[in-house]
Amino acid sequence: MSPNPATGPLIAMHGVDKWYGDFHALKGVTLEVRRGEKIVLCGPSGSGKSTLIRCINHLETIQKGRIVVDGIALDDSARAVDAVRREVGMVFQSFNLFPHMTVLENCTLAPMRVRGTKKAEAEAIARRYLERVRIGEQAGKYPAQLSGGQQQRVAIARALCMEPKVMLFDEPTSALDPEMVKEVLDTMIGLARDGMTMVCVTHEMGFARQVADRVIFMADGAILEEAAPEAFFRSPQHPRARTFLGEILAHH
Amino acid sequence: MNYTLDFGPVVTGLPDLLKGCAGTLVLAVSGMVIALVIGVVGVVLRESPLRPLRWAVIAFVELIRNTPFLVQIYFVFFALPLIGIRLAPTPTAIIALGLNGGAYAIEIIRGGVQSIHKGQVEAGFALGLHKRDVFRFIVLRPALRAVYPSLTGQFVMLTLTTSIASAIAAYELTSVAKLIENESFRSFEVYGTITVLYFLMSWLMMRAFGLVSRRYFSYPVK
Repeated sequence: MSPNPATGPLIAMHGVDKWYGDFHALKGVTLEVRRGEKIVLCGPSGSGKSTLIRCINHLETIQKGRIVVDGIALDDSARAVDAVRREVGMVFQSFNLFPHMTVLENCTLAPMRVRGTKKAEAEAIARRYLERVRIGEQAGKYPAQLSGGQQQRVAIARALCMEPKVMLFDEPTSALDPEMVKEVLDTMIGLARDGMTMVCVTHEMGFARQVADRVIFMADGAILEEAAPEAFFRSPQHPRARTFLGEILAHH
Repeated sequence: MNYTLDFGPVVTGLPDLLKGCAGTLVLAVSGMVIALVIGVVGVVLRESPLRPLRWAVIAFVELIRNTPFLVQIYFVFFALPLIGIRLAPTPTAIIALGLNGGAYAIEIIRGGVQSIHKGQVEAGFALGLHKRDVFRFIVLRPALRAVYPSLTGQFVMLTLTTSIASAIAAYELTSVAKLIENESFRSFEVYGTITVLYFLMSWLMMRAFGLVSRRYFSYPVK
């Protein structure tokens, strides 16, 4: 009996282990994300947070455990991988816009090739999401003509054009100049308000306080603590989490 | 120095020489098209999960790059009839040029593909695109842009290499020049003239490559 995909968790990871050669990157990770839930993943660098979210859309393969996304068991079969990737959007630290395509073309490629959407319709969808991230007037430009903050907002719109059920954010503001962080966070906050399910790897604790339902703290490939943001920031239980928060807050 | 220059035979033969130029350009452009196709397909097969395919591409590239073109063109010319394919010298030369240029193109384009940041590929996968679409729509154009100077340099080489096709009497400039020289014995005048003609063709080719570049690879990068 598989859980009802409409009411069960959107993402369910059970006992996930991953190795890079001898390096044990994820150690028995178990995590469930409900529909509409916003999760912030934090932890020191090398703790496995990015690896964890990259497993959800099979950019990384796992060696042990089970991942189910929207009722689809993510084995290594092309069918499962395709089905999951259609429902999961991702935003990267380094934007990864396609430099040879205009903003609009960046946004229409996947809907046209993956969903078979007609060009006119794909463009209409793209313009709608570009407006939503407040960058509609840049549709004809190339990525290199935009600022980092604008590029990241285009990347968010590009992912949204596939109308995913969940969005993964892998340190979306880490490569940005400080004055551009806010415009990207505001976009993400707007998305959260509209009910998007989100899993965010970020060190932006203000963002975590404002939108997260749960903060998950990782270190050395394992989840050490999960709590509501207020509880996590007020009284972290694990000593590693206390050290980490002390360091983060000293810098902010 | 009591050698008197006599360009008479060259002037009389000029219409034939110009037709020879056209022949050279036909060989060169056809060879390039085949080379480009082999280059792109070869790069894809070179990265195939099937080991025999990868090995076949490596063997092909090494074989071509470590043997003289003159021998290759003779080989194609005399080997094809053994498997029942009889082709005139000109199509034979086009095939040989395409194979030869293709082997070099594989190595050049492969370098371009490797220069593409893996984040580009991951973004494509994350959007749900298949490997083939990722290569075709995301990787290929920036990869070709990255190696465009080397690739077009190789194609100019290919244009000049067409002269070796005179060894099997394919229709091109050097063959025409040989005929005029054989009848007139005006070697210096004939080969001096075609030297200039080859130079002009190379120059034109570079201009044409510049136009193509402006049309397809002019998107801004940081």
